[in-house]
Amino acid sequence: MKPVFLASALLATIMTTAAFGQGAPIKLANVAELSGGGATVGTNWKNGIDLAIEEINAKGGVLGRKLEVTHADSQSNPGVARAQVQKALDAEPYVLLGPGYSGSVKVTAPLAAEAGITQIMGGEAAELTQSGNRFLFRTSFGQQSSMPKVAKYINDDLKAKSVAIVWVNNDFGKGGRDVITKEFAKYNIKVAADISTEAGQADFAADVSKIKAAAPEAVFIYVNEEESARILKELKRQGITVPLMGETTLVGQKVIELAGDAANGARGHVGLTTDAPVELIKAFRDKFVKKYNYVPDHNGLKGWLAIYMIKATTEKMGKVDSKGFADALHGFTITAAKEPGILMDATFDANGDIDRQGFLAEVVEGKQVIKQVLPKLNN
Amino acid sequence: MSNLLDLLVAGLATGAIYAIVAVGFTLLWQTSQTINFAQGEFVMLPAFLMLAAMQAGAPFWLAILIGILLSMLLLGLGFKMLLVDPMLRHGVLPLAIATMALAIGIKEAVKQFWSAEASPFPSIVPTGDISILGRPVALQSIGVLALAILAVLALTTLLNRTSIGHQMQAAAQNPTVAKIIGVPVERMILFTFLINAFLVALASVLITPIYLAKFSSGEVLGQAAFIAAIVGGFNQVRGAIAGGLLIGVVDNLAAAYVSTQYRAAVPLILLIAVILLRPQGMFGRPEERTV
Repeated sequence: MKPVFLASALLATIMTTAAFGQGAPIKLANVAELSGGGATVGTNWKNGIDLAIEEINAKGGVLGRKLEVTHADSQSNPGVARAQVQKALDAEPYVLLGPGYSGSVKVTAPLAAEAGITQIMGGEAAELTQSGNRFLFRTSFGQQSSMPKVAKYINDDLKAKSVAIVWVNNDFGKGGRDVITKEFAKYNIKVAADISTEAGQADFAADVSKIKAAAPEAVFIYVNEEESARILKELKRQGITVPLMGETTLVGQKVIELAGDAANGARGHVGLTTDAPVELIKAFRDKFVKKYNYVPDHNGLKGWLAIYMIKATTEKMGKVDSKGFADALHGFTITAAKEPGILMDATFDANGDIDRQGFLAEVVEGKQVIKQVLPKLNN
Repeated sequence: MSNLLDLLVAGLATGAIYAIVAVGFTLLWQTSQTINFAQGEFVMLPAFLMLAAMQAGAPFWLAILIGILLSMLLLGLGFKMLLVDPMLRHGVLPLAIATMALAIGIKEAVKQFWSAEASPFPSIVPTGDISILGRPVALQSIGVLALAILAVLALTTLLNRTSIGHQMQAAAQNPTVAKIIGVPVERMILFTFLINAFLVALASVLITPIYLAKFSSGEVLGQAAFIAAIVGGFNQVRGAIAGGLLIGVVDNLAAAYVSTQYRAAVPLILLIAVILLRPQGMFGRPEERTV
């Protein structure tokens, strides 16, 4: 009996080793907005990460090694994010994931760079990748990539020459407002009202009254998801009928759910959307809905892509090398043909910025509809 | 001018909700010396009770009814029996601190058992505009204002025109004498807790479609209503009503004409001015206490 037992144990060990190679699990650390104002962002990001890891591990892991991730809550607070990232880095992860808020990325990026750990994050503020930090990578477009497209659309398609800008007074909002203002100047578009709002703001009656008084030909809204929903409702309540333009945060799934009818007609440039006419994205959406029972917004896609960026880069290197990871990802083009998990071909430049195709979306009868596909800038 | 009208209507609508919540503050203070720092969370919770009822299949009107009843049970009866009664005998300050702990407990429980994310909440008032002085004004603002005024009128009628109201006032003004003349003081105090629970549930129905249902939405509301109660007069229902309306209007005008960034500071400046110039509040009466 004893030899049979030993043989079984040996066989089980061999099978496990065959499934996951010989190495220990590859440890990743995620710090995200799991509560507070950015809970929608962080929860989607986390779920996307977990889904990708589950899928990769089910297929044998990366270079035969399992992926493991720890999740920490930044509470949507940059101070807490910094403490959580320091704690995560002390555990020496292979790659750091998150945060999603630009303000939190700004205060945590120096810590990861100092530790020589690559940070793949969700922030979109233009300045994040302009400070020479070679360890920082985006999962979506920075404002310097998206805002020129928004300004061009407002000028060419909406033909608006007077626009009210509503922005949230944090790194994300201020960065977007600064870039779009410069872009408007190129087209001689007048800023009819420049309205700063607060993160977590509940009442937008006064802000919308200001917009009404300025009588713009279009409104550009650049605030986070929950605030987007609130201001859309208030705009409808006060009868504003001019085109409403924004970014992903204006036309995302969560905004549509929260704002209801008030979201109809809102348009935005979206770098990532589960409504994109791309088969691999549709398949991702189905897998996500099956597991979590809701349709993810772009943050779910970002979390998923972060993991597949790690997989593709590690497989390119042929080894799990934390220190060499950033160099391997700079200038790397991951194609969907070779790595379907990346969903669309993506190129990462020397700053950690991403280049891939984008979309122009409009909310029609409570659904995000893609109106235009915008190709990669550099094919 | 038209902009000012919009701001006044929107400010009065929000202020009317502050007033309802502030009235609750004054009622509890007058009858049981309770300063309820969880009042904002008391407004947040009923919305989730109603959402849970809707998720279980109840239509909106039934969910509102269930929410109000559960609110009166948990935030009225339960609050008084489980927290106020045991703590009050140790003084006003320990009770106030206990309500702070309760606020955190309610927030975290909602976050854990529901979600940290915001949820949509249906509006009891239809969307659209009506014309006032030739200007389109949001029906929702008018509806919220009308419902809030109705609630306040009903409350003042109850307090001033009914036997129960007179007994409640007697219990609030001098419980010892009220007891001697046969007023069931304990029952009257319980009524005020139930009325407060009803008012916060009503405020929840009115404000949540605008603020969205979120575990943290009570923070702003609780603070605004507390300031409103002090500005108006913590020991007068009419003071709380005036304070609520004033804070709503001042907040909106400050956001439009001063600065969005400093809007939160303006009601606080008003509060400081009232404390310095008229400590009993605009409509409050001075109270003397023996130390």
